[in-house]
Amino acid sequence: MKPAPFAYARVRSVDEAVALLGETAEAKVLAGGQSLIATLNMRLSAPPLLVDINGIDGLEGIAHSDGTVTIGALTRHVEAERSGTIAAHAPLIARAMPHIAHPAIRNRGTIGGSIALADPAAELPACLLALGGDIDIAGPDGTRTVKADDFFRGLFETALGPCDILTGIRIPAASKNTRIGFAELARRHGDYAIVGLAAAAQGDGKGLKNVRLAYFGVGSTPLRQPKAESALSSELNGKSIDAAIAALDLDPPDDVQATGAVKKYLAGVLLRRVIKQLMEPLQ
Amino acid sequence: MNGRNVEISLTVNGETVTESVEPRRTLVDFLRENLALTGSHVGCEHGVCGACTVRLNGEIVRGCLMLAVQCNGAKIETIEGVSDSGEVADLQDAFEKRNALQCGFCTPGMLLTAQELLAHNKAPSRDAIREHISGNYCRCTGYHSIVDAIEAVAQQRGRR
Ligand SMILES: Cc1cc2nc3c(=O)[nH]c(=O)nc-3n(C[C@H](O)[C@H](O)[C@H](O)COP(=O)(O)OP(=O)(O)OC[C@H]3O[C@@H](n4cnc5c(N)ncnc54)[C@H](O)[C@@H]3O)c2cc1C
Ligand code: FES
Ligand code: FES
Repeated sequence: MKPAPFAYARVRSVDEAVALLGETAEAKVLAGGQSLIATLNMRLSAPPLLVDINGIDGLEGIAHSDGTVTIGALTRHVEAERSGTIAAHAPLIARAMPHIAHPAIRNRGTIGGSIALADPAAELPACLLALGGDIDIAGPDGTRTVKADDFFRGLFETALGPCDILTGIRIPAASKNTRIGFAELARRHGDYAIVGLAAAAQGDGKGLKNVRLAYFGVGSTPLRQPKAESALSSELNGKSIDAAIAALDLDPPDDVQATGAVKKYLAGVLLRRVIKQLMEPLQ
Repeated sequence: MNGRNVEISLTVNGETVTESVEPRRTLVDFLRENLALTGSHVGCEHGVCGACTVRLNGEIVRGCLMLAVQCNGAKIETIEGVSDSGEVADLQDAFEKRNALQCGFCTPGMLLTAQELLAHNKAPSRDAIREHISGNYCRCTGYHSIVDAIEAVAQQRGRR
């Protein structure tokens, strides 16, 4: 199908974008367009105005300093995928990137767009949650920062207001004790996950501490698992791993990909795979 | 607010074109309807099938997920352009020799996608080829012959 008519404005600054969004109810931000234009074509949404932020200078790029990796909202997936900085200092993101869609889509899709959209089966929101990252936002009342733990509120619902622009994300850079794990089951390479798990922890002698598990594809937002995390944060052995799986607090709804019961079972399978990865120090 | 037409100017296969377009016109529809370049196909119109693949500033993109208005000042290349220049002639030959196309609907997108893979990876494994074309549907061939053709061209180009 073809989109319903809309007006189009290409803005040059974040302030201009915020102001325009304030003037027109239901106006939408256009970043990579890889989700938005698909929904317009299907007439799942019909905004009166698209505010194209692709011409804003300074919203893209990847930087590492003082133990933090910063990724600008307009950074394309492909740039993160090929970035040496991401590979060295944000290895969980590096591991997730190839699972996101297909090359032609990664050439356009943006990191900010993925986080702002917050598809419950998407990889990056879960990675950001597992890493305990921060989201930088500019809005009518100035700028603010929201923790990943407080950002994802419901199905496609986030802490972003209708006139807000997500300007970037920040994550703690990997240190020598950092451990990461990532696993996903999808029908076909590049499809959204049936179930996925992103995880981060600190190696602590033979065990782990500060384990953070973020499941995706099993609820309306990416989901932390505090009980399973604490089961893994003491000693790590067959018993504690079984206990962590038993402690998974998930009630996935049935969807087109699988029934809830299958997803719940697969969540346990993925946890075993991810624990193996968490036991390996980074190279 | 309304969908008032916007004038855009861009290069398509090396030629400068200036046209007035509705904001809602997608890039692939612009190429097909305004410029009569019908080599780029329209399948699903939501990013899934890859039939609409074109190059924007040297990189492959979905023609159905870009608006023509976003391409003001851009450089677009389509299957017509890379065919005429001979850039994908060896891929086209290999596709023909190995029956890597039947109806041909997916072929323009497949060729551009394969060309991008070979530009970044001179000797891709069969798995890497499959991964790279994972976003391009073919309803006829079963993919095996497409992977064969791309692999053969990678080897051929490696020997040159
Ligand atoms: C066939 C296909 C397969 C895909 N598979 C996957 C997959 O496996 N995993 C995955 O994660 N994604 C997948 N995607 C989605 C893709 O990764 C998108 O690029 C991404 O979800 C959205 O990014 P975008 O820049 O294209 O955003 P857009 O489509 O431009 O925008 C998406 C939404 O976010 C809002 N938005 C965007 N940027 C901002 C900002 N800076 N501030 C405020 N609001 C903003 C927009 O208004 C819109 O509502 C797939 C897409 C397609 C077409
Ligand atoms: S028509 Fe664009 S991906 Fe199917
Ligand atoms: S040859 Fe018919 S879809 Fe590929």
